[in-house]
Amino acid sequence: MAGRLVGLLAAASLTLTACTRDAAQPDNADEPQDGLTLTVLAASSLTDVLEPVVDSFEGDHPGLTVRAGFSASSTIVQQVNEGAPADVVALAGEASLEPLEDGRRSGPVTLFATNQLEIAVPVDNPAGVDDLDDLAADGLTLVVCAEQVPCGQATERLFAQEGLQPDVASYESDVRATLTKVELGEADAGLVYRTDVAAAADRVAGVEIPEDRNVVNRYPAVAVSDRELAQDFVDHLLSEHVQERLVEAGFGPAPER
Amino acid sequence: MRAASTRERPTTGSWSLRVPALIGIAFVVVPLVALLARTDWPQLGTHLSSPVVGQSLRLSAVTTSATMMLVWLLGTPLAWLLARSDHPLTAWARAVITVPLVLPPVVGGVALLMAWGRRGVVGGPLEAWFGITVPFTTVAVVMAELFVALPFYVVSVEGAMRGLDRRVDQVAATLGAGPVRTFVHVVVPLVLPGIAAGSALAWARALGEFGATITFAGSFPGRTQTAPLGVYAALEQDPDAALALSVVMLAVSVLVLGGLRSRWLR
Repeated sequence: MAGRLVGLLAAASLTLTACTRDAAQPDNADEPQDGLTLTVLAASSLTDVLEPVVDSFEGDHPGLTVRAGFSASSTIVQQVNEGAPADVVALAGEASLEPLEDGRRSGPVTLFATNQLEIAVPVDNPAGVDDLDDLAADGLTLVVCAEQVPCGQATERLFAQEGLQPDVASYESDVRATLTKVELGEADAGLVYRTDVAAAADRVAGVEIPEDRNVVNRYPAVAVSDRELAQDFVDHLLSEHVQERLVEAGFGPAPER
Repeated sequence: MRAASTRERPTTGSWSLRVPALIGIAFVVVPLVALLARTDWPQLGTHLSSPVVGQSLRLSAVTTSATMMLVWLLGTPLAWLLARSDHPLTAWARAVITVPLVLPPVVGGVALLMAWGRRGVVGGPLEAWFGITVPFTTVAVVMAELFVALPFYVVSVEGAMRGLDRRVDQVAATLGAGPVRTFVHVVVPLVLPGIAAGSALAWARALGEFGATITFAGSFPGRTQTAPLGVYAALEQDPDAALALSVVMLAVSVLVLGGLRSRWLR
């Protein structure tokens, strides 16, 4: 009996500790931070667009490997504050950057893109969502981002500005989780970025929010290691080539300073 | 463990055994102590009164209680059938019921979505015919907890029931008790220690459930945001509240283990 229970307890602790914190750690993060690897931690809304950006930066620096990890902006800042190895962080909102400790910042904050919200609905749009006001309809299953992540803060600003108080079914931990609930058809609508709808164009449909009712998020990037390459990568985000890629993906260009 | 008392001289004197053992202990103890060290003790009361703490603990209390009711109601007869049935499918049933023990919880959540989601095997017709949707509700939280906790209870109680002398239920039958009466009045009272141990394990597992819940039920304060989800949500916004909530859950876990050790493991 006792031996059986000990075995069970071992199994219990295995599963109990399996709290899945989506670490923003890229694969092989334990490799030495030599001159040949650069680690970029980026907001989950940058998941698709960062690949060509990384490719072009690697093309400019032969022999360099850029490792990118994606997570909620708030998670990234918290992990860097706790000492996660990283050279550059790129986030989806300025407010998320505030908790980043001064000692971790190795360069100026660079705003490299903007983004706006859009309503994502399942392809067949079962609830018939046509505009922003439909989100307040009775019986609609609406998912939004949690308020600690930039898309959640943007959503709150949007609701406050438009005087909307819709019933929310769930506050998801990042924008891609929100999108997934819509993709699976579990939610009738989700508030995500315009770029997320574009990236999932074959799996969800988008309902645009008119410019004069929408809110704008500005994306900051900052070097968090003293390596020259880190600042180079941040500067690279403002290059003409990257700015073109960002606009192609649906982002707004870097705001005028 | 039993053999230890019969040994004449200690066999654990070598440092080549002690060092890895101590490292193993330290690996577990250091994070737990760090959790306590980083907690803002003087302000603990204030942090514990933040809305996320009260709401999520209350929801966890309600959902794990409902889960345990279902675990007892479904798990006890199931354990008895697994312990006594000679049906060729019994071995398969026993294997299937233990799958959630080793399955990553988030996969369990995806599986629940595929079954009970709005486009799911069961959830689809459920919504089409009765207008019932399961995801994002407190019911979904209980289902996620039941999915992961039931095996702990069944495996533990089945072990106790199999240890029961078959003559006990045969005698009860000879004396005229039907199968249900034998089960309720003879079998269950005899395996109460096993039921208690299984319940404690299942309850602890339900309390700690995270992956299946956030996948299947989402996260909404007071409706689906249980204590572990509350820790996760608060960590980036109100780390002190997250730590305070963590300390409460650590204390509860230690109490459960303490109860188990003193009563059923010695």
